[in-house]
Amino acid sequence: MYNFEFVKPSSIAEAVKALAEEGAQPLSGGQTLIPTLKQRLNQPDMLVSLTGIAEMKGVKAEGGALVIGGATPHAVVAAEAAAQYPALAALAGNIGDPAVRNRGTIGGSLANNDPSACYPSAALASGATIVTDRREIAADDYFQGMFATALEEGEIITAVRLPIPQKAAYVKFNQPASRFALTGVFVAKYADGVRVAITGASNDGVFRWTEAEEALSANFAPEALEGLSLSGDNMISDLHGTGAYRAHLCKVLTKRAVAAA
Amino acid sequence: MAKVSMTVNGKSVSGEVEGRTLLSTFLREGLGMTGTHVGCDTSQCGACVVHIDGKAVKSCTTFAQDVAGAEVRTIEGMANADGSLSTIQQAFQDHHGLQCGFCTPGMVMSAAALLADNPKPTEAEVRHHLEGNICRCTGYHNIVKAVLAASGQDVGQIAAE
Repeated sequence: MYNFEFVKPSSIAEAVKALAEEGAQPLSGGQTLIPTLKQRLNQPDMLVSLTGIAEMKGVKAEGGALVIGGATPHAVVAAEAAAQYPALAALAGNIGDPAVRNRGTIGGSLANNDPSACYPSAALASGATIVTDRREIAADDYFQGMFATALEEGEIITAVRLPIPQKAAYVKFNQPASRFALTGVFVAKYADGVRVAITGASNDGVFRWTEAEEALSANFAPEALEGLSLSGDNMISDLHGTGAYRAHLCKVLTKRAVAAA
Repeated sequence: MAKVSMTVNGKSVSGEVEGRTLLSTFLREGLGMTGTHVGCDTSQCGACVVHIDGKAVKSCTTFAQDVAGAEVRTIEGMANADGSLSTIQQAFQDHHGLQCGFCTPGMVMSAAALLADNPKPTEAEVRHHLEGNICRCTGYHNIVKAVLAASGQDVGQIAAE
């Protein structure tokens, strides 16, 4: 890996200031970024660690929503969101493996927006608000394709606000080598309707399956999805599965998520 | 180069590191503590697992400077004060939980983190917890058996395979 300067600020303000430098990049848990650096696919001049910023850590309930600090590791979300938002806690508790969950963070996962990562589906299905150092972004505007987000250069996710649903479940078809989702579906039922977000399927990254949302909003039961289907045309095709296979999984996993919610 | 200080196995240590210096590199090359193994170097295999402030992490996917000031525990800090093997280490020996031994430091550190949180895990919980630790020799059966035995559970009924 190429060398870089390492800084570890203790406040959001200091981090933002450090990130204004040419060639500076944020580092959260590093569970994706460090392997990427080792492959020399990225060459920052400076890494600004966000793991020492106390105001970016923790899980708290606030007016029917969970507010999770951007630098909160998955293991902490798994433990501290369990009472109020069990589907989210279960998702966090199945990311990667225990050692990865102790370092990887929710903000890092959302900023990276890997097309097969778990958290983007939870944020999109929950209609979450992505809180950054300079603004708030609705999840519907935030995810902009594979590894693409609304974040600007040097902008950091300080917190994520997820409205707590009446019922929810995430079902992940595990890719056992990477432990990412081969395909994963998050279903969340709110008073004003159902939201369904799918990861690990589309070439455009996480997306909402709006036809399923309409059907489930009318009748929240697995049978409501009979007759619906997704096209495999713009789905990820790789050695683990074809686009058509993933399209099929989307429906199967949505049904399972509804049954489990 | 920057100076980094931390506590490793109860002892204060410090050294000069680069921005890119991994915790595993600092432990092995900076401190000469080669008990922590580097297998895949891509955070898949878990041979490099150490504890940072009591939490199991992959030291090959953590920068040394990011854990400055932390309490680090490695396999070298696992034996009892008199030098005898700890309960978990002894269980690995008793139940043949290793063959070549390369993955064992990470296995022991992951097992210790599990038992600290969950003193009586089920077999399924042990297997789920060890998902990030890869062993290419044993087929995991005796590793799982060793962890269950270390938790004080009867493993007499689990057949040797």
